[in-house]
Amino acid sequence: MSGWLAACAVGMTIAMALMLLRGLMGPTLYDRVLAVNSFGTKTVLLLGLLGFVMGRPDWLDIALLYALINFVSTIAILKFFRYRSFQVSLTLPTPNPVHDFDDETPG
Amino acid sequence: MSGFLADLVGLWTLVKPVLGIALCVLGTVLALIGTAGVLRFPDFYTRLHAASVTDTSAATAILLGMAFLAPSWLVFAKLVMIWVFLFLTGPTAAHAVGNAAHMAGLQPWTRQTADIDPAHALAEDQGGRPQS
Repeated sequence: MSGWLAACAVGMTIAMALMLLRGLMGPTLYDRVLAVNSFGTKTVLLLGLLGFVMGRPDWLDIALLYALINFVSTIAILKFFRYRSFQVSLTLPTPNPVHDFDDETPG
Repeated sequence: MSGFLADLVGLWTLVKPVLGIALCVLGTVLALIGTAGVLRFPDFYTRLHAASVTDTSAATAILLGMAFLAPSWLVFAKLVMIWVFLFLTGPTAAHAVGNAAHMAGLQPWTRQTADIDPAHALAEDQGGRPQS
């Protein structure tokens, strides 16, 4: 039983490594944000699986905390790259959001 | 009658771990498929689709499988909390990323834009256009 779960954890690690590859070579900023977000979701699942493999399901607390941090950090990264600041209210309209989606082509 | 019920409970305790492990394996396969889509699809919006759909379904399958394997009700409750949170925030984050890209003016890939925009040069590998 634990062998199958360990195989699941190994498969999840492979998926995380490939997702990290997309994050490293993604042509636009949003590809990178998407890859990091998906990487975080897979990390949550891997933490749960490893907790079950090692017989310590208490790791689910860490997984829950990681899920919370992952969501907040994704929104924070998107907010920063739109306004170049964390000090902007997201609910009020702001005059000039920054528009540059392509972080590799100059101009 | 009570003998039948006892048989049913015994069958359930036999089936439960098999079901849980099968769901965990299914979720891992879904995660791998989604990662393959994210690596191979031609532009950001298609990658977003692959990642968000498979992330939500893989999380549901794996957490449901672990719920079948859970040794106590406390672990089950934690799994339900993680599932509710992932089910709420996964599509929300995907929508936020897609909306931010759309607001910034990122154009979706089509056959017309494939050879115009150098940011979509990857699309030529996907059989969208013959190499000249």
